[in-house]
Amino acid sequence: MKITLRALFGATAALALTGAAMADTTITVATVNNGDMIRMQGLMDDFYAKHPDIKVEWVTLEENVLRQNVTTDIATNGGQFDVMTIGTYEVPIWGKQGWLVSLNDLPAEYDADDLLPAIRGGLTVDGNLMASPFYGESSMVMYRKDLMEKAGLTMPDAPTWAEIETAAAAMTDKSAGIYGICLRGKAGWGENIAFLSAMANSYGARWFDEAWVPQFDQPEWKATLDSYLHLMNNYGPPGASNNGFNENLTLFQQGKCGMWIDATVAASFVTGADSTVAADVGFALAPDNGLGKRGNWLWAWTLAIPSSSQKQDAAKTFINWATNKDYLALVASREGWANVPPGTRTSLYENAEYAKLPFAKMTLDSINAADPTNPSVKPVPYVGVQFVAIPEFQGLGTSVGELFSAALAGTRTADQALSAAQSLVTDEMEASGYIQ
Amino acid sequence: MARAVSPSRKFWTTLAAWSVALVIFFPVFWMVLTSFKTEASAVATPPQLFSAEWTLANYQDVWARSDYPRFFWNSVVIALGSTLLGLAIAIPAAWSMAFVPGKRTKDLLMWMLSTKMMPAVAVMVPLYLVFQKLGLFDTRIGLVLALMLMNLPIIIWMLYTYFREIPGEILEAARMDGASLWNEIIYVLTPMAVPGIASTLLLNVILAWNEAFWTITLTTTKAAPLSAFIASFSAPQGLFYAKLSAASTMAIAPILILGWFSQKQLVRGLTFGAVK
Repeated sequence: MKITLRALFGATAALALTGAAMADTTITVATVNNGDMIRMQGLMDDFYAKHPDIKVEWVTLEENVLRQNVTTDIATNGGQFDVMTIGTYEVPIWGKQGWLVSLNDLPAEYDADDLLPAIRGGLTVDGNLMASPFYGESSMVMYRKDLMEKAGLTMPDAPTWAEIETAAAAMTDKSAGIYGICLRGKAGWGENIAFLSAMANSYGARWFDEAWVPQFDQPEWKATLDSYLHLMNNYGPPGASNNGFNENLTLFQQGKCGMWIDATVAASFVTGADSTVAADVGFALAPDNGLGKRGNWLWAWTLAIPSSSQKQDAAKTFINWATNKDYLALVASREGWANVPPGTRTSLYENAEYAKLPFAKMTLDSINAADPTNPSVKPVPYVGVQFVAIPEFQGLGTSVGELFSAALAGTRTADQALSAAQSLVTDEMEASGYIQ
Repeated sequence: MARAVSPSRKFWTTLAAWSVALVIFFPVFWMVLTSFKTEASAVATPPQLFSAEWTLANYQDVWARSDYPRFFWNSVVIALGSTLLGLAIAIPAAWSMAFVPGKRTKDLLMWMLSTKMMPAVAVMVPLYLVFQKLGLFDTRIGLVLALMLMNLPIIIWMLYTYFREIPGEILEAARMDGASLWNEIIYVLTPMAVPGIASTLLLNVILAWNEAFWTITLTTTKAAPLSAFIASFSAPQGLFYAKLSAASTMAIAPILILGWFSQKQLVRGLTFGAVK
């Protein structure tokens, strides 16, 4: 009798523990602080209603801190995070190293075929989808229609760099505090280098040739940097070498910029309630130079599962909820179509309501114009439009960014900056074994 | 005999002191003002010190989005815990170095200080692994230990400096009266060094409260203090300076209040032994 009772109690306790474990699977999601991610945290009631057995804890960090913490956790197999927000730069590198869990087995409702091909291609490693895009972005021209009209000009949907310069010159009125063009000048691989690498592609420049030899000593880079410095020195705002995304957003929103070439995600900000020029903003594709490549980039914030996670099933359930078509519909129903995370799914751009937004078509066209596997005019050995998907790039990009920022600040000439960049990158590539 | 100070000299030194104080305080003042502005007003060009419209919405948003009490309590436990544990170790250590120095005491002090010269990131991966293996990751006790170890050299150095100002003869007299080592430290040395200990305590609470590298690196959700709370409001794309200012104000307010009420003790301790 005693044995039976003990067995009964034991079985009951085991069942209770199992039940508790099922009911209390807690996953930790590491994310960045941007509007779309914060909005998702506010919609978690929908997730909990559908999945009451999974609890989500958020770790929201600044982008670079997040990158450092997540890298450390993965490299040490820490398992502190079950879902991570990472960018298109990390996915191919980490995917190749086996740090990420394949998402090929997400349920049919996820509909991977609906993902925009350019975005999906950048997230696929050896046929495996390694991360699910939460929102995608390219870059485009945002311009002041009223200033263009005043100057007697019309912005083409697909302008050239020469047309951009003409427009910048015509809209500049320094006495009124209006500058024809605002571009990123702040040093950093995700700041001025993102812009300049994409611009360089349209000039036929590339970071490396097929044998990984740096190309900053080639005429294409010289033309790129000269053109950038000419635009910014003549038509840009003062102190532009300190301006990144946020600084230029402030200037544009307050009517100080005739044009701003930057992330498509900015479209909702410059047409939003905080913008003093919301009604006068037009959009165009990033410029080209007649060589068949436009100066726009491609980026996506994605959700991925580190291979060290002990709760991969629950993590997949969460990713499926956060990035499938139903989630987009959920955001639209609660917050309106303008607040739906853009740039990930074909079906979103086929939606008649979403197509009414002024920036919807240009965002899709910009994303489709980017090719991460064939970013420049000449062939390259790397993946990435505004970055090179190798682990060394963050350091290289930031160092080269400092040189180019110094050229913009006037403390170096363009030739000096390019020469120093060539030397610096060559040394690093030799030290890393890419070239002998 | 005190030197007479002329009224004009007093005026100018007072003016200089106020000017320096205002320069130091101005960024904090600006941050507090920004926390009550709208996001558009916070980033207006040219910058506006005072906004046309004031709002409490930033505080409401920050409060709604984050579990502030949890971050706050973690900060209190980590800052106080690491400081008290550090003092418990540092008082006997500083006593021995000040009153019974050995041949290598100076070298030892210099070595301890040199550990503060090493960039924290150099030991990040080893410490990360140790914390994982010992189950200390994302725990308050883990951060108490980490911050105690980080600040221990400073605590020992400060106490050593204060203890050196206390005449050794007084301790000898206590010993001759039969005081044990424990009684000598607790009942003779400590009361005499209260200003120094108090200022050391306050300074280290502030250092631990503001520490932002280890507290962010070694935590995720459970033990994250207010430094992680602030970091969660930093945005690469989007203008959320007003909310960031509100979060920062909420994070530094407790330590500012503590500093305000204890400034007399803090100044007394920091100038202890400065005038002979």
